[in-house]
Amino acid sequence: MKYLFSCLKKYRVEAVLAPLFKLLEAVMELLVPLVVRAIVNVGLPAGDKGYLVHACLLLVLFGATGLAFSLTAQFFAAKAAVGTSAELRSRLFSKLQSLSFTQIDDMGTSSMLTRMTSDTQQVQTGVNMTLRLLLRSPIVVFGAAIMAFVVDPMTALVFVGVIPLLAAVVFAVMYFTVPRYRAVQEKLDGVYLSARENLTGARVLRAFRMEEKEETRFSEKTERLRKAQESVGKISAVSGPLTLLLVNVAVIILIQAGAIRAEAGILGQGEVIALYNYLALILVELVKFANLIVTVTKSVSCMKRIGNVLALEGETENDDMGAENFDKDAPAVRFSDVSFTYEGGSAPALSGITFSAGRGETVGILGGTGSGKSTLVRLLPRFYAATEGKVEIFGRDVESIPLRELRGMVGYVPQKVALFTGTIASNLRWGREDATDEELLAAAETAQAEDVLEAKGGLGGEVAQAGRNLSGGQRQRLTIARALVKKPEILVLDDASSALDYATDARLREALSRLGCTVFYVSQRVASLRHADKIIVLDEGSIAGMGSHEELMAHCPLYVEIVRSQTEGL
Amino acid sequence: MKKRTAFSGILRCLKPYAMWIALSLAAALVAAAGQLLAPFYAGRAVDCILEGAVRWEELAGDLLAIGLSSAGAAAAMWLLGVSNHHIVYGVLCDVRWMAFSKISRLPLRYLDARPYGDVANVIVADAEQFSDGLLLAFNQFFTGIFTIAGVLGVMLVMRWQVALAVFFITPLSILAARFISSRTHTSFRRQAETRAEEAAFVDEMLGDLKVVKAFCREEKNEEIFGEKNEALRRASLRAVFFSSTTNPTTRFINSLVYAAVAVLGGLSVIATAGTVAPFTAGNLMTFLSYANQYTKPFNEISEVLAEFQNALVCAGRIFSLVGEEEEPSDEGLPALGRARGEVTAEDVAFSYTPERELIKGFDLRVKPGMRVAIVGPTGCGKTTLVNLLMRFYDVDAGVLAVDGKDIRTVTRASLRENYGMVLQETWLKEGTVRENLVMGRPDCTEEEMVAAAKAAHAHSFIRLLPQGYDTVIGDEGVLSAGQKQLLCIARVMVCRPPMLILDEATSNIDTRTERLVQEAFAELMEGRTSFVVAHRLSTIENADLILVMKAGKVVEQGTHEELLAREGFYASLYRAGFSG
Repeated sequence: MKYLFSCLKKYRVEAVLAPLFKLLEAVMELLVPLVVRAIVNVGLPAGDKGYLVHACLLLVLFGATGLAFSLTAQFFAAKAAVGTSAELRSRLFSKLQSLSFTQIDDMGTSSMLTRMTSDTQQVQTGVNMTLRLLLRSPIVVFGAAIMAFVVDPMTALVFVGVIPLLAAVVFAVMYFTVPRYRAVQEKLDGVYLSARENLTGARVLRAFRMEEKEETRFSEKTERLRKAQESVGKISAVSGPLTLLLVNVAVIILIQAGAIRAEAGILGQGEVIALYNYLALILVELVKFANLIVTVTKSVSCMKRIGNVLALEGETENDDMGAENFDKDAPAVRFSDVSFTYEGGSAPALSGITFSAGRGETVGILGGTGSGKSTLVRLLPRFYAATEGKVEIFGRDVESIPLRELRGMVGYVPQKVALFTGTIASNLRWGREDATDEELLAAAETAQAEDVLEAKGGLGGEVAQAGRNLSGGQRQRLTIARALVKKPEILVLDDASSALDYATDARLREALSRLGCTVFYVSQRVASLRHADKIIVLDEGSIAGMGSHEELMAHCPLYVEIVRSQTEGL
Repeated sequence: MKKRTAFSGILRCLKPYAMWIALSLAAALVAAAGQLLAPFYAGRAVDCILEGAVRWEELAGDLLAIGLSSAGAAAAMWLLGVSNHHIVYGVLCDVRWMAFSKISRLPLRYLDARPYGDVANVIVADAEQFSDGLLLAFNQFFTGIFTIAGVLGVMLVMRWQVALAVFFITPLSILAARFISSRTHTSFRRQAETRAEEAAFVDEMLGDLKVVKAFCREEKNEEIFGEKNEALRRASLRAVFFSSTTNPTTRFINSLVYAAVAVLGGLSVIATAGTVAPFTAGNLMTFLSYANQYTKPFNEISEVLAEFQNALVCAGRIFSLVGEEEEPSDEGLPALGRARGEVTAEDVAFSYTPERELIKGFDLRVKPGMRVAIVGPTGCGKTTLVNLLMRFYDVDAGVLAVDGKDIRTVTRASLRENYGMVLQETWLKEGTVRENLVMGRPDCTEEEMVAAAKAAHAHSFIRLLPQGYDTVIGDEGVLSAGQKQLLCIARVMVCRPPMLILDEATSNIDTRTERLVQEAFAELMEGRTSFVVAHRLSTIENADLILVMKAGKVVEQGTHEELLAREGFYASLYRAGFSG
């Protein structure tokens, strides 16, 4: 909730003015029964028609003033609510972007998306309703009670009895529904996941003729959601009727008490009518309020979920950074006894890794699936931080380099290609925003992506979401070009040429070797690595051999086995 | 027009709930009646109170009537709530299912052209908003109508002069509500559009958050997001404010009604004082209370109308998805049966967009059991062939046939059943390892599944997962790309179909494992027609037929020796390959 208030802060003027104008509007409404009392007590017995007309004009005046107040309130409320949700979305987006890789793995895309879209929407509605109506209702309820005391303190005691009861009903309903709404929301997440999955996996699902089964699975999920929704509905449906009943019981007591006091000559008919009107006012207000509670409780649970995300601590930076300088004579990369265990992992993914790579050297990393190849290179841009040991770049511990600077130095081409809606140029400029067209073209040339540009109509060529209008190889080369635009000191190709044929792959390596940066190749193909200055052979997270192709052929049995497996093939 | 289709779509969805709707209407009627009776008796009760002289017996009867009628109203209200929830959540569930089941019947051409987030949003967020509007309508619309009719009716009987005045002020309220709702419709649409834009951006960036971080793209993204978010804020402000003006406006008109009742009722009391059937102060109180209750449904109805605009826009998006043209149905078509594996193409033409022709005059003869290698430089369109073979896309001209049968004359399912497909891009569904493995053959035994996993060399790492074969995995989960690919291979090994499509099926696997997997594949390919997109020279050399592709077209085909002898594109690729 504290996050909500801090977002609302920016709109505190609106957030104060909205209920304030609502209050003024409510005052206008509360004056009405007094006019009615005057009509009944003064106008009617006297048969004074002019008095009635005056009273009526007064009522119209109250109405018009109320309208003006209320429109102003609505505007401020809308502005505060919409502004708050925009602020919330923007903070949420920054927060999500700041999450560490471990947190990203943990959270998953679909729940991030629901947080960003439907949750913030619900909070917006909640804030709007709260400012507009939720505050109005207590004002009217207590205002009516106070006015009742003005009319006749004794009879008004009924109000003192009924208001706490009504409040109890409202809060009891809230108490039982809030946790249930959370369950509903979780089930909704599941529905979203299912829908998204069937879009991303359309090909595979069709290939395996899973369509019907997926439909059944989905309908089970929505059915469970429906059950949860209905069960919350049953509870929340109680509040309206219960309120109605309580207020009418109060009416009965009020009239009975009024009758006793009237017989004693203390009260007139006008007073009883005025008191009745105040009770009616409370009823109308509470029925509205009960409907609102549903909306607001929903919003509260959405806000809690958003709050959980905002409370996460993203990637951390040390405060005292930048003191150290890079030592240009130090090795470009040095690992000293590095170990790493994934969050929740039972065994370390890497253990005791020690090696160094000089400036401009090419390092090949070879190993079986799950041997820790990718994990090793992911420690360089500090996607994950080493659990033990030290990773240094040009003599500086990566933990002490600001992430922005570090990731600017390390060009990383991931295994999974990811391009974004836009043009080829806009995708390449991810590397460096101010890169010139020439620089982009040069990077594309190095990455062997010239033909992609040719096929798509140059730098302005359109790229669809996830680069779906490109083939796997085309995408891969564009992602390499993107990393090159950065002009990185260290380039990491995390199995990034797997979709390239041998000829293209060879040309790519040739072109990269001319750049003069330190290049890490993670690959399964010996052919892609054999010319590397240093090849690191990993086996189950440890180094099984290190050296040039020739050295490894002579000393590393695992390497020899891998080489043999690839030259024989099928 | 679109609004009307949305409306008739909604009616169709409501049809199965006719009985519940009837119940809901009946409950609404009782609730409205009860809520009108209570103030009526309250008015009579007040008339029993005269200073110094109270008619106690009459008063007791009236008070009892208040109790009974409000109890009845309360019970009906509860029933109304429960049945409305049942109807609306039921419809929501149905609509979601309709939209979802549509996905599997839409051509991939449609899905490939749209952001995933967009379509998923229709199923989740739009459906949600639609149901919110519907619930509001059911909760307030009918009760509102009944209350209005009841109030007017009772007033007409008791004092028609006052009723007429109320009756003539009413249209103002409707006019105002109409005016506002027509304005809100446009602003709601604008809001939905900007929201969709922002959602598509967010979907993309959060979907590949790791890449965003690798490129320190956070700030730039925040800048872009900031613009989109600001546009959405502006659009929302308009939409939210306009829709919220309805309430105060109708409330004002209601205060006019109230004032009119007060003055006319007051005049009536004065005019009828001393007559046989006087219009009493108690009657006036009843009328005023009605005037209050009368305003509430107007507020609510206009609120419903405003919200319903939004719901209609959302429903429109749902029904337009549901109404999209489906893949031509293959109902009634025969199944292919287990194919021998003969694949032929005759004069096939295909393109993704009409402007750019891709494949033209393509002929192919593949005998059962043949190994076909598809080679070509990166980006030459090898996956297009996969799209056509699997009938993810239909050919534009010519005939693609399996066992001599045009694949468009058999059911898609039976065609796809004959292929085992492993793609370079691995995709696993959210579920256990087991569920993923037996995807193609749910009836396979535990032994068969484990054997397939062993053949794909996936068994050893599956065993190490926290719950082994019952570990829940997903597309984003903890498995490495290589492990995912091994699962995809095992998934096909479970099926052992007569034909195989391997699109760089081992690109993510390390070579040692790959060699072992290749052995398993070789055994699997024995006697099966296979299409292999490959870079590995040995795979290509050993193929019975090599298709050489370039820039989306098949430029050469033949055996390794034939193609080398031709000294064409293949020969140059081959030499380049050796230098690699």
